[in-house]
Amino acid sequence: MTAPLVQVRALGVHYPLGRTVLGRGAVLKALDNVSLDIPKGSFFGLVGESGSGKTTLGRAILKAAPISTGEIRFDDEEVSHDVARLRGRALKDYRKRAQLIFQDPYAALSPRMTVRDIIAEPLEVMGLTSSRMETDARVRDIARKCRLNLEHLRRYPHAFSGGQRQRISIARALVSTPSFVVADESVAALDVSIQADILNLLKSLQRDLDLTFLFISHDLSVVAHTCDQVAVMYLGQIVEQAPVADLFARPRHPYTRALLSAIPSLDPDAARTAQRLTGDIPSPADPPSGCRFHTRCPVARDRCKTEEPKMEDVSGGGTVACHFWKETLPA
Amino acid sequence: MTLLSVRDLTVQFQTDEGVVTAVDGVSFDLAAGEILGLVGESGSGKSVTAKSLMQLNGGNAIYGGPGKITLSPRGQDPVDVLGLRRERHMGVIRGGAISMIFQEPMASFAPALTVGQQMVEQLRIHTDLSRRAARDLSVEMLTRVGISDAVKRFDQYVFEFSGGMRQRAMIAMALSTKPALLIADEPTTALDVTIQAQVIDLMKNLVAEFGMGILFITHDLGVIAQTADRVAVMYLGKLVETGAVRDVLRHPAHPYTRGLLAALPQLDDLTAPLIPIPGDIPGPLDRPAGCVFHTRCAQAVKGICGMTVPSVTQVTATHHASCFALEVPA
Repeated sequence: MTAPLVQVRALGVHYPLGRTVLGRGAVLKALDNVSLDIPKGSFFGLVGESGSGKTTLGRAILKAAPISTGEIRFDDEEVSHDVARLRGRALKDYRKRAQLIFQDPYAALSPRMTVRDIIAEPLEVMGLTSSRMETDARVRDIARKCRLNLEHLRRYPHAFSGGQRQRISIARALVSTPSFVVADESVAALDVSIQADILNLLKSLQRDLDLTFLFISHDLSVVAHTCDQVAVMYLGQIVEQAPVADLFARPRHPYTRALLSAIPSLDPDAARTAQRLTGDIPSPADPPSGCRFHTRCPVARDRCKTEEPKMEDVSGGGTVACHFWKETLPA
Repeated sequence: MTLLSVRDLTVQFQTDEGVVTAVDGVSFDLAAGEILGLVGESGSGKSVTAKSLMQLNGGNAIYGGPGKITLSPRGQDPVDVLGLRRERHMGVIRGGAISMIFQEPMASFAPALTVGQQMVEQLRIHTDLSRRAARDLSVEMLTRVGISDAVKRFDQYVFEFSGGMRQRAMIAMALSTKPALLIADEPTTALDVTIQAQVIDLMKNLVAEFGMGILFITHDLGVIAQTADRVAVMYLGKLVETGAVRDVLRHPAHPYTRGLLAALPQLDDLTAPLIPIPGDIPGPLDRPAGCVFHTRCAQAVKGICGMTVPSVTQVTATHHASCFALEVPA
């Protein structure tokens, strides 16, 4: 097992709700007691419905969301950071090591800057190069790695299709030579024929540049094909985590099973699995007691309503938080 | 019984940069009680095709010469849709024989009126129900699509609904006028998979119950496989392949359909490589000559595919595709 690059321990991200019907001082726990190890060199997938806290977790690790409780440690070969306490120069150093690729390649690029200037901006802001020539060399190098046509560096983003724009976003994120990249729904806005191309590019960049990815996605089939580890989130908590092949072959948490069975199969005659989740994800401002999933869980019992399940280790290197996962596992 | 017949539909738009062809010679039929899936990537013309059925494409749309759309609801005279010239005649199709549901239900409801007010308003326009009867029907429809406590929900605003509930309310509203044809434009794309599965189940049950035809537009082949009876694949304004959903997904005949399937991550083989379709979709102003797909097609033959437009070839009696590779050499 390779050493973790990112260690998250009992992380909480809480937002005050102000004076509400819930009474003064109520908080929305976007993340509640989340622990997670992201191994060095992994392509780590984070899945869950909207409102599950995937994006918040990604942002908290980048110190772009307020960390209320718990700890995040980041250790690459050169430095060790206690992310929650970063400020000043150390925070600047962290920013070049940990970067973010956004979802919407149309909104993420300034229409008034050339592609060259967009990619060069992080270098200039962080003061990583000493001359324009050096900056240009770095820009050309990363553009080539992202399979961008160097002729295009002088153009503006409007001239490009969604797939090409996403390459520009990727080049911009990677130009400061980070070791950790959060890709938040980075292929969700792309057509399938382009999506495959960007996924392949991310995988080859990971190998060539020795990167660790946190890949946030609502699309389980994309995660299944790209990631090596997966964590499943529900209402601000991780409910299950496992190596990708294990998670898809033997999902242990009832929520993971429900998510998998909801993916529409390409086979029109695929047996319609009975596991339909009813209702919507509850509001994180007022989460259910006990196990948060019990209101929608097809196998919930009385104990689930009162007692919060603990994370248990399972064979194959995964963890699951369910009182009854052993008994409810399908044969 | 054929409910909808589209023949040689061509739609162009007059823009500042010139005339843009969005839909080019598209023909298809849709029967009552049938779900036809219309698949394609962005820019393929699927939404323009759907909007043409209600003439909703805006003032700069030009409907080409021989194109004809005929809607034949049961027990009514056939309507020549493109022949309707005046706005006041459009009520026959818009909200009358045809209802449409959209991708983003938040944007389709007015935020300052209650859901109930909006449901009653459209029923009062399209039917001769009294206010009270329209209210009763609306509450009944909300219950039918699985919204609990419909009497209370009727008086709420759309921001008080969750995403899945909004889409259900929109479906309830669209079906309350008992349309002969329902157009669903990416109705599940903005939803989580768990909610998507609920909405798909709901739509299939409603077809069985009401017997209307559905034109289901999506970019997601998995959703098509689970909902549609037949599928039509569009690329750059052309219908490249049509057929029963089993035939097209199991034995795709057109290189573009095969490309789409190869690019799609599938759960039965996690190690299978994802093969992108090379190149980008050409811009609307530089449509390729000949077969529109030849610039990205691995099987394109020089001197043929870039010169002439392939004709529709029969693969089986119910499966057609437009590709030279399928045409029997003369």
